[in-house]
Amino acid sequence: MGDYIITTNPNRCIACHACEIACKSEKNIPLEATLGKIVVLGPKMVNGKPKMSSVFVPCFHCEKAWCLEACPTEAIRRREKDGLVYIIESLCVGCKACIMACPWHIPQWNAETGRAIKCDLCMDRIDQGLEPACVSVCPTDALSFGRPEELSDKTREAYAHGLLERNLSATSVR
Amino acid sequence: MKKYINTLCFMCSVRCPIQVEVENEQVISIRGNPHVPAMKGGVCPKGVAAMAALNDTQRVQSPLIRTGERGSGQWKRVSWEEALDYTADRCKAIFDKYGARSAVYCERANLISDISKSFQKAIGSPNHFTHDTVCKGSINTACRSMIGYTDGQINADWTNAKHVVLYGRNVFESVEIKAMNSFMAALEKGTKLTYIDPRVTITAAKAHDYKMIRPGGDLAFNYALMNVIIREKLYDTPYVKRWVEGFYELSRFVDPYTPEWAEKETGIPASEIFSLAREVSRVKPAVVFHYGYRGSHHPTEVYFRRSILILNALMGSIESKGGLFIKKGLKDAGYKAGLRTFSSQKFPEMEDKRRFDGCGQDKFPIADPAHGVGFMFPHAVIHEDPYPIKMLFAFRYDPLLSNPDYNTNLKALQKLDLIVASDVNFGATTALADVILPESFFLERSDPLQIGSGLKPAINRRIACVRPRFDTKPMWWIVKQLADRLGVGQYFPYETAEDIWKYQLADLDIKIEDFDETGFVSLSDKAIWWDRNDGINFKTPSGKIEVVSNLMESHGIPSLPAYEPLDRQPDAFRLMCGRCVAHTNVMTQNNLYLNHLVPENRLWINEGRAKKLGIADGDRIEVASGAGKGEMRAFVTDLIHPEAAFMLHGFGHKEIDSKRSYGKGAPDALFQERLHDKIGGSPALDHTWITVKKL
Repeated sequence: MGDYIITTNPNRCIACHACEIACKSEKNIPLEATLGKIVVLGPKMVNGKPKMSSVFVPCFHCEKAWCLEACPTEAIRRREKDGLVYIIESLCVGCKACIMACPWHIPQWNAETGRAIKCDLCMDRIDQGLEPACVSVCPTDALSFGRPEELSDKTREAYAHGLLERNLSATSVR
Repeated sequence: MKKYINTLCFMCSVRCPIQVEVENEQVISIRGNPHVPAMKGGVCPKGVAAMAALNDTQRVQSPLIRTGERGSGQWKRVSWEEALDYTADRCKAIFDKYGARSAVYCERANLISDISKSFQKAIGSPNHFTHDTVCKGSINTACRSMIGYTDGQINADWTNAKHVVLYGRNVFESVEIKAMNSFMAALEKGTKLTYIDPRVTITAAKAHDYKMIRPGGDLAFNYALMNVIIREKLYDTPYVKRWVEGFYELSRFVDPYTPEWAEKETGIPASEIFSLAREVSRVKPAVVFHYGYRGSHHPTEVYFRRSILILNALMGSIESKGGLFIKKGLKDAGYKAGLRTFSSQKFPEMEDKRRFDGCGQDKFPIADPAHGVGFMFPHAVIHEDPYPIKMLFAFRYDPLLSNPDYNTNLKALQKLDLIVASDVNFGATTALADVILPESFFLERSDPLQIGSGLKPAINRRIACVRPRFDTKPMWWIVKQLADRLGVGQYFPYETAEDIWKYQLADLDIKIEDFDETGFVSLSDKAIWWDRNDGINFKTPSGKIEVVSNLMESHGIPSLPAYEPLDRQPDAFRLMCGRCVAHTNVMTQNNLYLNHLVPENRLWINEGRAKKLGIADGDRIEVASGAGKGEMRAFVTDLIHPEAAFMLHGFGHKEIDSKRSYGKGAPDALFQERLHDKIGGSPALDHTWITVKKL
């Protein structure tokens, strides 16, 4: 995902789809196209208990991007500074090669313009120091945006802090 | 130039604080107000879909006068002058013949309710009701009977609760963002959630313990919980001694209602009732048994809501950290005055004070006249009881689809001489109107200030973010124009929203500019709690929590009547209705994005019973009840109790001008029979039996 990563906390996700609607409405995306998609499983009964889980699937901005390599007009480019993969709309001829080439068919079709569109992780917002629209609109903070290395640090620290806290209180009881 | 404006959302009645990014009169984005940390900077899907609602060409774009049959979608576009003159002339003719009492004013309770009530008082009609009566009339009555406050004057301390019990209160789908986030943070820190509902919801999937209760079994379940709590002395003894009136009577009353007895009525094993009672009492008083809103609307609802409050009282949780609290206002924050109201002006005496619904009078002596009993509207019109009702102001409220029994509602509306609707969209009642006075969308209008009472009270402001897209006006302007034409304009001493704010703030040392930075004025930095040992100001005659209620007993209504078992109809389903995260009541089904997200409602039925009826998932089915018959599609699932069926509220729109939602799904109101709680005033929206067959 270029230099960034979006992660989902399924315990916090309420499957409200605000992420998708913010993307559509603020980026002027046609109704039928979903650039970043929240995929929800459930609620369903598992061993007699209702369970659910979810994961957000935006474009992964692959290092070796199938879409970019398939594009015959060089309409799909990669940003030098952070590796984001995006489409220059005026160069797209609507051949759909990128949609077919992507293993997850992540580029979407804009029937109104006859061109392919894809998630650029809101590079305009990132350049203003903001999070992508999908992440920033999430009402429960189920989506997080950051750099992979920060994510690892945060998660490890939170886990380890929990352990240390428990140890400390156990010690004080003794 | 870009602007960031802090205002209040109105895609639903919660009115979350939001920040709107505007450039060149276009809304660029909508987010949670960053000055309110619990918003987490986010908004729900309805909030973000407000952008589509703003620019929707399927809105009511100008004042309209009906030219064809009611509901035909044939309108004449007129100027505001013509629409208002027409409305006032028709009103005068009706008032001359039948008196002002022949007018009923209904609305979705909102920031201009004070002005609406002033209008109704100024024209001299006692008849005003709000949408609240349909959703929570009985909750209101139950609360006032026990603690002297309405349900709107209390809340739950989600942040500090250690165990929360919800009865169909679907907090993760009927979303209040601030409360939801506070609760989610508590869950992450170990707070327990027990969720009770005949249907699995998102909230059920987030719960530690989900109980698929028999529909309507909640009251029996609660009596059994009380039985265990009292028998095992699990209650908060000092608190009960100090604050609870009628504990002895309660102890005797719940004695026969054992968990074993309740197991037969609810389907919940007795052992689970024992363990829940013991588990919650271990963390008392940081316990919330939530009293509302959705779910379990039955003819005995007032007793069910009281039973929830009694459980809180036994846990000592009312006005305790982590329990329920009484909301604090300006006075509690040390201010000598509140916001000045228009409705407290001196109005002329009414000719006839009898209300159309008998609320606070003969028919519903203890229901709350501040909201009325909207359920009685069709009855009053059709039977001219207590006198002829000839016209309806339907201001942002849709009685046709919101009240039970669509066919009767339609008959009543068709009988009226005049329907005046004010709405942003073409709602079901709006589409039947004789004249539409279109209201500006919330992003296009400023409204009166709101008292945000709570542990930390504040005053909040909605301010226009962009100019109106179409020829629409704020409601306070429309009401004043009508009042002027009806000769009562003097009660509306304002021209602009700023005039209204100045009037409201006249007794306070708060200036309008104080709202500019954050959108609100905070009145207290600290959470205000009363001393739970000796300082709780219950507003009952005894000053205590009245399990045996003065309000009820003085009107000959028993506080603790014997439990009446639920009836059984093995070939039918008990119809329940409810909400999803995408829609607000009957208002948002035509929104571009929300319609795309949840376009229709389906009837949830249990897979075992569906199999016996030969119904597969997605099949077209016919649904029938004593009230009506209709078609929709089935959702066959193991996520619902076999005795129940469920459909989302708000679908089955037939308004010609709302093209996206037209004909999608079926209205729950079509099947709901005219059943109600005769004490509390709520319609029994979940009590109707339906039959289902494959088409």
